[in-house]
Amino acid sequence: MGNGFVVPAIVAVTLVTVGIGFYGLRLARTTSDFLVASRAVSPTWNAAAIGGEYLSAASFLGVAGLVLKYGVDVLWYPVGFAAGYLALLLFVAAPLRRSGAFTLPDFCELRLGSRRLRILATAFVIFIGWLYLVPQLQGAGLTLATVTGSPYPLGALLVAVVVTANVALGGMRAITFVQAFQYWLKLTALAVPAIFLALQWQADARPAVTPPDGPAFRTATTVVVEHSATLTLPDGRIVEVRPGDELSFAAGDPVPEVSGVATDAADWLLPSAAGDDDRGLFATYSLILATFLGTMGLPHVLVRFYTNPDGAAARRTTLVVLALVGAFYLLPTIYGVLGRIYTPQLLVTGQTDAVVVLLPGAALGDGTTGRLLAALVAAGAFAAFLSTSSGLLTSVAGVISTDVLGRGSVRGFRLATVIAGAVPTVLALNLAGLDVSQVVGLAFAVAASSFCPLLVLGIWWRGLTDLGAAAGILVGGGAAVGAVLVTVLGPPLSGWPATLTAQPAAWTVPLAFTVMVAVSVATRRRAPADVGATMLRLHAPEALRL
Amino acid sequence: MADADDPVPVPRPGGSGAPERAGRPGVSGQPPAPQPRARIVLAEVSRREDRARRTRAELAEQTRVGEALVRGLVRAQFALALRLSLVVAIGLGGLPWLFAVAPAVGRVTVLGVNLPWLLLGVASFPFLIAVGWAYVRLAERNEQDFTDLVQRPER
Repeated sequence: MGNGFVVPAIVAVTLVTVGIGFYGLRLARTTSDFLVASRAVSPTWNAAAIGGEYLSAASFLGVAGLVLKYGVDVLWYPVGFAAGYLALLLFVAAPLRRSGAFTLPDFCELRLGSRRLRILATAFVIFIGWLYLVPQLQGAGLTLATVTGSPYPLGALLVAVVVTANVALGGMRAITFVQAFQYWLKLTALAVPAIFLALQWQADARPAVTPPDGPAFRTATTVVVEHSATLTLPDGRIVEVRPGDELSFAAGDPVPEVSGVATDAADWLLPSAAGDDDRGLFATYSLILATFLGTMGLPHVLVRFYTNPDGAAARRTTLVVLALVGAFYLLPTIYGVLGRIYTPQLLVTGQTDAVVVLLPGAALGDGTTGRLLAALVAAGAFAAFLSTSSGLLTSVAGVISTDVLGRGSVRGFRLATVIAGAVPTVLALNLAGLDVSQVVGLAFAVAASSFCPLLVLGIWWRGLTDLGAAAGILVGGGAAVGAVLVTVLGPPLSGWPATLTAQPAAWTVPLAFTVMVAVSVATRRRAPADVGATMLRLHAPEALRL
Repeated sequence: MADADDPVPVPRPGGSGAPERAGRPGVSGQPPAPQPRARIVLAEVSRREDRARRTRAELAEQTRVGEALVRGLVRAQFALALRLSLVVAIGLGGLPWLFAVAPAVGRVTVLGVNLPWLLLGVASFPFLIAVGWAYVRLAERNEQDFTDLVQRPER
């Protein structure tokens, strides 16, 4: 690429992250500082930190890539990612904060008093955390490779090392500041180039997003294929391409149709209609369920709620987060749409996740403005990898240090951080072919099928028993985990089996709820005796000062 | 409440305590209305305090009354959350179905943009925020009602 601004921008983001981490380290004195920032973070800071932590590689890069590739149907990803915070606000935020639990396993023990359930929850927290960490590190590797031409493992290792060191040394207090900063950086890194891109689009006399003849190359382009695909050339010939193949197109050439990609204008522009395909509608509703209900079960999201001073503050913080996250998600769509005009070659290479990073250079040219904006976007992408990985690592390490190592000390937490960071790094280095957004979607599905029923029933229903909760998590969450493993490791499927495993939430979430309720009713006698006191603690307003 | 622990329950003359408003004529611009002589029996005040304390104790000790109060609060909050999720389920969850059964809706354009793009890409976010804002207000009101109920003297 030869953009001299990209590397300094990425280095600057990394240094600022580490710098704020060390500033936080000077403030972090006790174990409590380390783990919950002494519960003294103001709601605005906390909301920005939650937002910064949440907007991951999937949000920053993946959503725009999906929009470029599939069109209107995938707008449910950003809507669902934001709506997850509404579900969290309605059903979980205030009671969970009042429970005083710090992690999901804490909540299990507090509400149901079962050690074995706690162990099961720990296993799921670690699984979801790692499942979510792998695509972050992969995204870092791919981005660095795209913008600087470095080898793939370098970016993944860079992010893994910086994040592990930062979390191990600074703990939660530090990352609260780091992540609040990174929310604003990510918003700026998408918003500012988006303004320039819109102006450029105006200056180019508003080229049509879906021209009648299909997308076309604006400039002479040589495409190096990254993923095997079947192309249908304009003259009707069908060509199989493999990674490494080079294709040349002249300016004005139409983009060949790529199998599995919505090249056709109507497919891309219009929602899937009835009759086309029932599976499309099923997949859409499955995606909606997974994202709406999965957010509350993500370990790094929940851990943040303990930094609110009380339940009412938790509610207000969540509302601010919803607004911050909603504002952010207006932007990736713009990149996906303009990518149809300025970077159609990504449809052929299959590297659609790179659209956010490549678009400023492609649309604005190789001048200083284009280069600066490209560097800004790359910096934002790195902020996304760093902040989400930090949050995930903190929560996984917290669970490992208290539940697996059995130590609450700062040293134990540091050791746990190294363990928690090493495993996904090894996985990311060995599994380069996974699709970032797909893996993230699967993590949401597992969370929605395991922790969402546990939290909702645990908070609102007195009848929940430890056996019921365990059975629901094992059956629902287990089914979702099975679907993940089949999708990621299994043979390629087609038809309904493919849809049911790629988007499992629509059947695993109801399954988890049903099993949890049925087994709880059957084992009614095991309901904890102190459930009344727990309910009072979860729901009584702070004003009563009980 | 400085006098709350005054051991002698005597009728209070007007002065530094409750009828303070009468001592500052003209604050509201009106001539001071002839203040009825306020009689505060301190035993009553402390009894009122006792009741609030007893209700709190009932809550904490899980008496029947306390349990019924908490159940009422939990039910009210859960019903509120369900009602608002129903709003979202219909408002957003109905869209894929609508686009599927009435494909013509997808072809409607507003300002040159197809309606589904506007609804999902732009309008859904303010909608979610508005629902969240309504929830925070209503949930806090439920809690205020509960607090008032517990602390109200004549329950």
